[in-house]
Amino acid sequence: MRGIAWTEYLITRWIRVSGYSAILFVLLIFGFLLREGSPALVQIPPSSLLGVRWYPIEDHFGILPLLGGSVVVTIGAMLVGVPLGITTAVYIAEVSPRSVREILKPLVEVLAGLPSVMLGFLGIILLAPSLRRLLDLPTGLSALTGALLLGGIAIPTIVSVAEDALDAVPRTYREAAMALGATRWQTIWRVTLPAARSGVLTAVMLGIARVIGETMTVMMVTGNAPVMPSGLQSLFRPVRTMTATIAAEMGEVANGSVHYHALFLIGVTLFLISLVINLIAAAVVFRKQTRAERVLS
Amino acid sequence: MAASPPILSRRRYRIQRAGFAALLMATLVTVVPIILIVALILWRGAPAISLEFLTQPPRQGMREGGILPAILGTLWLTLGTGVLAVPFGVAAAIYLAEYAPESRWTRTIRVAIISLAGIPSVVYGLFGLGLFVLFLGFGTSILAGSFTLAIMTLPVIISTAEEALRSVPQSFRVVSISLGGTQWQTIRRIVLPEALPGILTGVILGLERAAGETAPILFTAAAFFLPRLPTSPLDATMALPYHLFVISTQVPGMPIRLQYGTAAVLLVFVLGMNILATVVRSRARARRQW
Repeated sequence: MRGIAWTEYLITRWIRVSGYSAILFVLLIFGFLLREGSPALVQIPPSSLLGVRWYPIEDHFGILPLLGGSVVVTIGAMLVGVPLGITTAVYIAEVSPRSVREILKPLVEVLAGLPSVMLGFLGIILLAPSLRRLLDLPTGLSALTGALLLGGIAIPTIVSVAEDALDAVPRTYREAAMALGATRWQTIWRVTLPAARSGVLTAVMLGIARVIGETMTVMMVTGNAPVMPSGLQSLFRPVRTMTATIAAEMGEVANGSVHYHALFLIGVTLFLISLVINLIAAAVVFRKQTRAERVLS
Repeated sequence: MAASPPILSRRRYRIQRAGFAALLMATLVTVVPIILIVALILWRGAPAISLEFLTQPPRQGMREGGILPAILGTLWLTLGTGVLAVPFGVAAAIYLAEYAPESRWTRTIRVAIISLAGIPSVVYGLFGLGLFVLFLGFGTSILAGSFTLAIMTLPVIISTAEEALRSVPQSFRVVSISLGGTQWQTIRRIVLPEALPGILTGVILGLERAAGETAPILFTAAAFFLPRLPTSPLDATMALPYHLFVISTQVPGMPIRLQYGTAAVLLVFVLGMNILATVVRSRARARRQW
């Protein structure tokens, strides 16, 4: 009996420690990024850091063009991913018969499981050459190619979160709308979607977070030119994102050099951006819960 | 009250039909490319796949020979990730589902899990480089790569396993406790066996993601070209996704046949795990009696 009590004590301890480990890991990650990234703040003058040139060989460490590259690609990806993702979620949740739904959902899951390096590979050999010919561009490796592929990468995230949100709308809402004479189409647009809007918003934000952090696909297809984007036409030119810069340059820098610390500083920036987006998305969900609890009480 | 004029009513249904058709079109635009991508890669990759391709190291600057070291490397990394992430992840899920009180600390844990899930994969790579490769001195190795991938996989495993545990009816626990079982005995003998298929599904999906990732192993485990097989966890290794990256961007004059072949092997690897997860889930659903 005492033996059992001992193992049970140890196992319960292990479970508790593991439960708290997530907090430890987040702190550990942030701590290490700061430890390696913060020296860059001292070593690089602010004028260079906030400049518009990223050219490490000549000590130009302007983060703005990289941030701009990430923003351009992300906006483009959302223009593709949000409409397709939300309409697909609406179709799966509200329109399709059960049997079709059972086929569509695993298919979208397959897209979520496709390695990003594979989409990058297809982007290089298929999408980029076709876009170059179609739009008569000097190169197919541009922000547009990246945006199209990243839109695809965002879709599974958007679909699954938005679909959950639509599923969570009580049946009574729909029944009430139909009883008042609305068609299913009117019910979807005027009742179900508005009722699920915070969940849909969460879906879009998680999609944005997914796209900003995507690395391999962008590195392979966006041409990697750290140029400050300006206006709409930059969508058709090569750009370089923050993630691609880290991935492309970290392998070549000397550990402890200014360049090394600068790349970690970009990592800190990326960490903070995705943290903020995810926390806002989580807050939307939490707030919705408390409102639902209030309504029910 | 008079019914709405039939002409208006018919128009409303015409709009609905057109609307549903548009939704279907958008869904097809999303779904059809997925099928095309999978079919294309398998079809173009199949001719490259031979016994030599699967069992030989690359030769002639990777332009000939096989991809055995990359296949084994990905197997080792996936296995290492599983060994490291599963005990932690499942235990954390048990804590959240069975032990954790509704407190500020528990909310902090949930926020931490959400944050972990949102960290970009390349940032995990930086962290792995800083902590495991340099600070702990693992070097560029399977061990450092597995640790990095394990932390990245943790949130997937925790959240799916917690959901599986929560789906076990409360009455099961009540009965076990009322028969004199301790909390751990209840979890081990009653709750875990019932939740096992759900947990397994989550673990497989998490490992599927780890197997296909490139950015986290870029600076922690991956070797550009290493024709010999790894002999210890402290060796660097080739890996399928990284190899696909290398041969499609870094090696000029690479035969496209071998690129598609590598992509096909990687696809079969992740698709196989995906199908396995679906099978585990649907079999468990069919058998479930509650």
